[in-house]
Amino acid sequence: MGKFIRLKKGFTINLKGKAAPKVVETDQPETFVIKPTDFYGLYMPKPMVEVGDTVKAGSPLFHDKKHDTILFTAPVSGEVVEIKRGEKRKLLEIKILADKKVEFESFKKHSVSDINNLAAPEIKDQLLKAGVWPTLVQRPFGVIADPAATPKAIHISAFDTHPLAPDYSVLFKGQDQYFQVGVDILKKLTSGTVHVNTHATSEISTVFSQAKGVELNKFSGPHPAGCVGVQIHHIDPINKGDVVWTISPLGVIQIGKLFLNGVYDTSRLLAVTGSEVKNPQYYKTYTGASVKKFIEGNLNQEHVRVISGNPLTGTSIGKDGHVGFFDHHLSVLPEGDYYEFLGWITPSAKKISFHRALGLLSFLSPNKERVADTNTHGEPRAFVQTGVFEQVTPMDVLPTHLLKSILAEDIDEMEALGIYEVIEEDLALCEFVDVSKHKVQEILREGLELVQNS
Amino acid sequence: MKFLRNQLDKVKHSFEKGGKLEKYYYAYEALDTFMFAPNTTNDVKGSQIRDAVDLKRLMMTVIIAMVPCLLFGIYNVGHQHFLAIGQTSATLGEKIGIGLWQVLPIVVVSYGVGLGIEFVFSILRKHPVNEGFLVTGMLIPLVMPPDIPLWQVGVATAFAVIIGKEAFGGTGMNVVNVALTARAFLYFAYPTDISGGVWTYLGDAQAIAGYSGATPLAIAGDAVSTGENVVASLNTFGTGWNEGVFTLQNLFIGLRPGSVGETSTLMCLIGALILIITGTGSWKIIVSVFGGAYAMGLLLNLVGSNAYTQMPAHYHLIIGGLAFGAVFMATDPVTAAQTETGKWVYGFLIGLFTVLIRVFNPAYPEGIMLAILLMNVFAPLIDYFVVSANKKRRLQRATV
Repeated sequence: MGKFIRLKKGFTINLKGKAAPKVVETDQPETFVIKPTDFYGLYMPKPMVEVGDTVKAGSPLFHDKKHDTILFTAPVSGEVVEIKRGEKRKLLEIKILADKKVEFESFKKHSVSDINNLAAPEIKDQLLKAGVWPTLVQRPFGVIADPAATPKAIHISAFDTHPLAPDYSVLFKGQDQYFQVGVDILKKLTSGTVHVNTHATSEISTVFSQAKGVELNKFSGPHPAGCVGVQIHHIDPINKGDVVWTISPLGVIQIGKLFLNGVYDTSRLLAVTGSEVKNPQYYKTYTGASVKKFIEGNLNQEHVRVISGNPLTGTSIGKDGHVGFFDHHLSVLPEGDYYEFLGWITPSAKKISFHRALGLLSFLSPNKERVADTNTHGEPRAFVQTGVFEQVTPMDVLPTHLLKSILAEDIDEMEALGIYEVIEEDLALCEFVDVSKHKVQEILREGLELVQNS
Repeated sequence: MKFLRNQLDKVKHSFEKGGKLEKYYYAYEALDTFMFAPNTTNDVKGSQIRDAVDLKRLMMTVIIAMVPCLLFGIYNVGHQHFLAIGQTSATLGEKIGIGLWQVLPIVVVSYGVGLGIEFVFSILRKHPVNEGFLVTGMLIPLVMPPDIPLWQVGVATAFAVIIGKEAFGGTGMNVVNVALTARAFLYFAYPTDISGGVWTYLGDAQAIAGYSGATPLAIAGDAVSTGENVVASLNTFGTGWNEGVFTLQNLFIGLRPGSVGETSTLMCLIGALILIITGTGSWKIIVSVFGGAYAMGLLLNLVGSNAYTQMPAHYHLIIGGLAFGAVFMATDPVTAAQTETGKWVYGFLIGLFTVLIRVFNPAYPEGIMLAILLMNVFAPLIDYFVVSANKKRRLQRATV
């Protein structure tokens, strides 16, 4: 029997431009990109292809020097047209010019009954070769899962509470069978339970509610209730020495497809959202798609920021960028590079605020959808206000003290204060609400890397 | 506005790195960000949107919360002045006039000296001008006696900002409350100017016959030796020139001598309401300071050995500066406990120590200032225990 956990702390940012539950099929984008920078825990990615090579979906593109069993493979078939490197020849992205019709590398197919007889080494081998492995994220640190590890549990968050988040019941509609197979596979990789964490107050897709062999937990409350780190904290917290894996439902479905159909099928729905999008809706595409096709002629104005992911934890990729590996969500927001006369005191009900300080009136109508731009709304200052981070962190973690211990580079203190339990998305709201405009997520990652490399 | 923006943009480059006036950059930044919210956008990675709040707005909210105390204080300074010189026919305008005449220069000196030092330090130490002093600069006048010599206000402000804050690294780093440091400095450096009959501005006029500058705290303190009932003494005080000045009701409303802004419990509560509704001040601290003082008052009632200990506990909440301290001084987030559990303990102990100092220490008739300064110093220790408890819970979970 799963747990039912009611969370009170947090803040749901209600933005304009959520995707309508409409799936559109258009011409596929021309290019697809895999970015090693989307993954944490890589030491030195090495390309395994050259410009001009042709690849199928599932052909290896690169691997990491330190973890050479984990292959990162092509999401679609086509020709490698660019290998982009940055400073010190760091591998930044590998670009594929896609074929009109995707051809798949073939992997071993299994029938449902076969799957029950598969052993962990066999499963791992296939996941690693096909390129599905990187969908498994390991806590602590939020890095790519270690193939040699056996996690104490695997957690799947089956809802998203981020601003403009896509609706999972649209996103994964009809994938029940693949999800079930994916879960069956995952069960063989952990010594403990596979947890599927659902939202208590909204209708749960049958993909999740009918899943067998999992512990179905329910969560209620504002964002970050949908963040898997918060869920783990309440179900089965991570202690020092523990290893826990997390995976998105999309990853589970990809595992299912790999074992049932024998292909690395990265097809997915992409929610194109945001106040500046004319028709916010879902598009059918593949991992790493160029965003051009989805936003060209679909914008209300041109001075925008295109974000792969949600506005809280996403990455700005530009109008000709490509969606990140883990993202099935694109947010387009107005760019905020304007001055505002006496902007620090003028009253406004339009600007979103968790606070109720003088003139910030958004708390009066919390259910109204608002437009947020990318302006910082103020300048960096010393830590002054206290108690705010705690109000948006529904965990028994003291964010302010944790962040200060990171700034002091005190590894023992970070450990004691629970750095193993959090990654960026869990504390992203702290960055949003911070009066003194600290880069909370960046600081946290520095701390995680310090602990990891110590 | 465009003109102003253009002017700022025109001079901006000479303040930036490599410019002629590079070292004055933060002085320029302070002015620029005061006039215009900056055009900076969020980084490529991380939160792409930010809350509309910033430190300036937060501090402005606190200042607004102090306005009732300030306005009431200005009126009250004039009101007390005319009562003390026996001129009962003074009009509202005359009272406000006297009040402004006395209070405004204090405000100007406090802001002038404090902000001047802030700018100098921001240039020398290369840190932005933090908005914290906007609040401190208003708090200082409100805890000054109305006829304090202006040079003392200047010296005290300078001492508080330099020794109390900048020596520790500026806003956000200070250990003790800056405004209270100013007040404590005066209290110990110029005791004659901040005790006795200074709480009413007399000017050149003669006080009326029968006038006494005693405060409720002094009267309560005297009761220890005389053994008279404190409430009875308070109720009869002021007969002939300021009837009923220390009755329960008037103590609450605050038309009585005292520091400029601290006399009215009612105005402090209005300020508290603004702080709590806007979420700028911690309601936990405010409530627990009152709670601590009341609890200590009740305890003293029980063990009561003299007339002061037998004073009803609720009197402690309205005499002296407890309300003002609880609402505006104890809630300073930088110097208070920073953990939520810690805030309860911190506030409660402030209330408790205030009453303890008042009743048992004849050298310091008012305890709130010292109680807050003391707890400012102990706040990190309280947090230490709360944080340790958090760590312990995590550790226990691991071994279970």
